Formats: sequence, structure tokens, C-alpha cells
Amino acid sequence: MRFSGLKVLKEGLTGNKGWKPHWRDPEPKSEYDIVIIGGGGHGLSTAYYLAAEHGLKNIAVLEKGYIGGGNVGRNTTIVRANYFLPGNSEFYSHSLKLWEGLEEELNYNVMHSQRGLINLFHSDGQRDAFARRGNAMINQGDDAILLDREGVRKHLPYLDFDNVRFPVFGGLLHPRGGTARHDAVAWGYARGADQRGVDLIQNCEVTGIDIDNGKVRGVQTSRGAIRAKKVAIVVAGRSGQVAAMAGMRLPIESHVLQAFVSEGLKPVIDHVVSFGMGHFYISQSDKGGLVFGGDLDMYASYAARGNLPLVEHVMEAGMTLMPMIGKAKVLRSWGGIMDMTPDGSPIIDKTDTEGLYLDCGWCYGGFKAVPGSGNCLAHLIATDRPHPAAAKLRLDRFRSGVGLMDEEGTGAQHNLH
Amino acid sequence: MRINCPVCGERDRREFYYKGAAVALERPAPDAGEAAWDEYVHLRENPAGETRELWYHESGCNGWLVVTRNTVSHEISGVELASEARS
Repeated sequence: MRFSGLKVLKEGLTGNKGWKPHWRDPEPKSEYDIVIIGGGGHGLSTAYYLAAEHGLKNIAVLEKGYIGGGNVGRNTTIVRANYFLPGNSEFYSHSLKLWEGLEEELNYNVMHSQRGLINLFHSDGQRDAFARRGNAMINQGDDAILLDREGVRKHLPYLDFDNVRFPVFGGLLHPRGGTARHDAVAWGYARGADQRGVDLIQNCEVTGIDIDNGKVRGVQTSRGAIRAKKVAIVVAGRSGQVAAMAGMRLPIESHVLQAFVSEGLKPVIDHVVSFGMGHFYISQSDKGGLVFGGDLDMYASYAARGNLPLVEHVMEAGMTLMPMIGKAKVLRSWGGIMDMTPDGSPIIDKTDTEGLYLDCGWCYGGFKAVPGSGNCLAHLIATDRPHPAAAKLRLDRFRSGVGLMDEEGTGAQHNLH
Repeated sequence: MRINCPVCGERDRREFYYKGAAVALERPAPDAGEAAWDEYVHLRENPAGETRELWYHESGCNGWLVVTRNTVSHEISGVELASEARS
């Protein structure tokens, strides 16, 4: 089934009775060439690119819950390529380019909206840092415009520019930054992978990884044993537990990050606005809800829900920056489990076990990486060589200390990134 | 979350600074080698369940505490001074 304007019109006129499920619900086979553990955004896109770009067949994605039920459906949907350090810079640039062709590629409306992202600054020192970051982005081939105070006012007239503690000095505008509909990204990749023969196995929890003589042989699951020549661990916040099944201990601590959405409002916030000094960022969804969030709760957690001190902090930061949102009612809040690394940057690499691959450490920036991560991991699995855009996302950088990518220079503590 | 500081009594979580897993109490010798230092600085057991971690009572007695806490339920089952946990 291909989507088109004509098809939508026809279905609309005939009671929408012709739509079919977007993917099959197959029984797991006893053996696959490649098994992807984790049916989140990254796992699905990995399977998609393995099939679409490398022509590989006989692939399964094992998901312990349901497609779209994890972090891919819990994030705040921001897509950007505004990193500073080599390694991250080329990777997110690669991912953003994939985003820009994604709807055509998948024949699926992921509602990618390049509405522009503005990072605000509040001092001369911060302005210098953002000017430097903007230059790095331009050097990478992406876009960045340094706005002064009046420049920001043209875009965001509703800010409290004269706040005593954080007066707005200006902002770094990343015009190609924006948002996308996160569920649709999961569904689009799932549908694309399924159409190319990938088995998406839901309600299938991996309980063990079979390793023999240093080589991976398959996995044990809640739906039986599955043999596999290659296995990839793509499980975000659960990376620690799944890697332990392969006898590995990872440089990861899982933390909770909360997010919030307000009732639906008329269009009022046209961009993604990031207020780093207050640990607050916000955008408005196409349904009208203000989607916003802040920093980690700062303690290790698998609860997928946070505590009230951070809720209060985020609301205070929002009111500090844009008092106009004060009367909007918060509809709901939730938490996601973030796989935090000691340098705040991700890992796409082989492991010491032959045929076992690792894709994790996305901290709280995993959503924008969905296309890039899948694309680069698929390349690594298919060719056993790293994709040039992800060659620096190595696991051994922690042991050697060479090539660490600590964007904020905050040191080797998992929750400080 | 509220943490029962052995010195100050039960206090709001906001008075405390979270450092990380209590592995930080087991600092290797300077010449212990790359693997030992990688283990200490970066690698974590990261359990979904009970864990021992270091919290600092920043807005209270300035004591370092070892807190036994469940990462799924956020329940705190034990708090002791790091100096005593160590010995």
C-alpha cells in the first residue's frame, strides 16, 4: 500500500474502509541472519537501512513491548544538528540530511517541520561560546545565524527580555532545526522495514544472549530461542541489563528525564526555543499542545516517572522565560529512561564478542539521531566497518581516554551531560 | 524522595547532591592500570532494582552518605555515613 493524496481522497470518500495494517505480526522464526534487540526508533531504522540500503534479508527486530511504546513515543520530538565537537558534529549533520529526505524515502508523513531552533544566551561569555558553536556548525556544512537581542525579539516577541537574572542578550538560530511527529517516525520505519521483509516481533523480551567461543550464536527470548549470525543491542535505557547478558559492563547509568505537555492552544510558539541557563526548552505541537521539558531528575532511575522538585523547577524556568504561558494548563507529564554516558555522547560500535554490536548512550538526544543511528549501525553490521559519519562513536574511547566527546566540558559523571 | 540523613534526620531530596554509584568509594591505586581506572570512572552496573550510591548533604551537614535505593520504585532502604560505610 502506497500513500498518496489520491489515496487519502478516495478513502475519505469511501468511509476509510480500505486501510490495511501497516505491518505484519509474524511468529518468530528459529533462525535469522541478523537480530536487532529493541524495536524503538533506532532498532527499526537499523532494520530498515539493512534491508533498504544493503539489500539484506532474513532480519528480525525483537521488541519486548509494542512498536512506538518506548522512548521513541516519549521524547519531545526535536530534530537538530547543532553540535560542536568532531564526532558528534558530522554524525548529527548526517542524520539531519536523512531527516530531510525521510518522508519521500519512507512514503510516510512524519510531519518533519524545520521551524527553526533558537538557543538563547544571557551574557557576553555565552554569546562568544554560541558564536563559536555557530561557526563549527557552518564549518560542518549546516546552518547557524547569530541573532542579537533585537533579532531574537523579531522571532520571539513574547520573551521576558529584561529578566533581572537572565536578560536575553541574543540567540543562535539553527533554521534547519525543528520537530517531527515521533510516533509517525516509528511507524514509518516499521512499515518500511516490514515491506522489505523484516520480521517485527512484538511482545518478545530477550532474556539471554548465547555466546560460544567468543562468537554470538543467538538469543533466548520470552517466545523461545532464536539463532542468529549477528545480534545488535539497541535498547537505550535498558542497555546495561541487556549488555550484562553478554557479560559486558557499559559506561552507562540510566536516568529519568521528564517531559510535559499543555492543553491544546492556538499557535503561539513558532520555533523550538531552548533556554539553557534555566534548563528549559519548549515547542508547540501541531495539535496545539506546548511540549516542554528540562533537565534530568539527576538520580539513577528506571521508573519512567520523575519527582516533583524537577516539575517545579521546569515550571519556574518556563515562567521566568515566557510569563505568557502561565495560564496554560499542564495536561500531563511523564518520564523516559535515558542511557547517560560519561561524556554525554553516544556509542555505535562492535563489541569484543564477534557478531555482537552495540548502539547506545544517546543520553537525552536520541530522537534526532534515529535516522543517522540506524543508517550508521546498519552500515557497521553489513560491512563490519564503521560508517564515516559514526567512526568516532567508539566504545573504547572511555578506556583509552582518546576521542572523548564532552560537549559541555562537565567531566566524567554520567548525569552531568 | 526524602532521605533520612544520619546526622540531620529526614530531609527533602533537594538538600542533597547526587554523585553516582558508590563505586566512587573504591578508588584504585594510581598505578592500577587502564582497566581498573576505566571501571572506576566510567563503567557501571546500572541495576534496575536496589543500588548503593553516594549523595552529598549539600544544604545540611555536608556529609557524604551511602544511600541504598531502588531505581525502579525510588524507595530508600538504608542511609549511612560514607565514612562508616567504608570502614
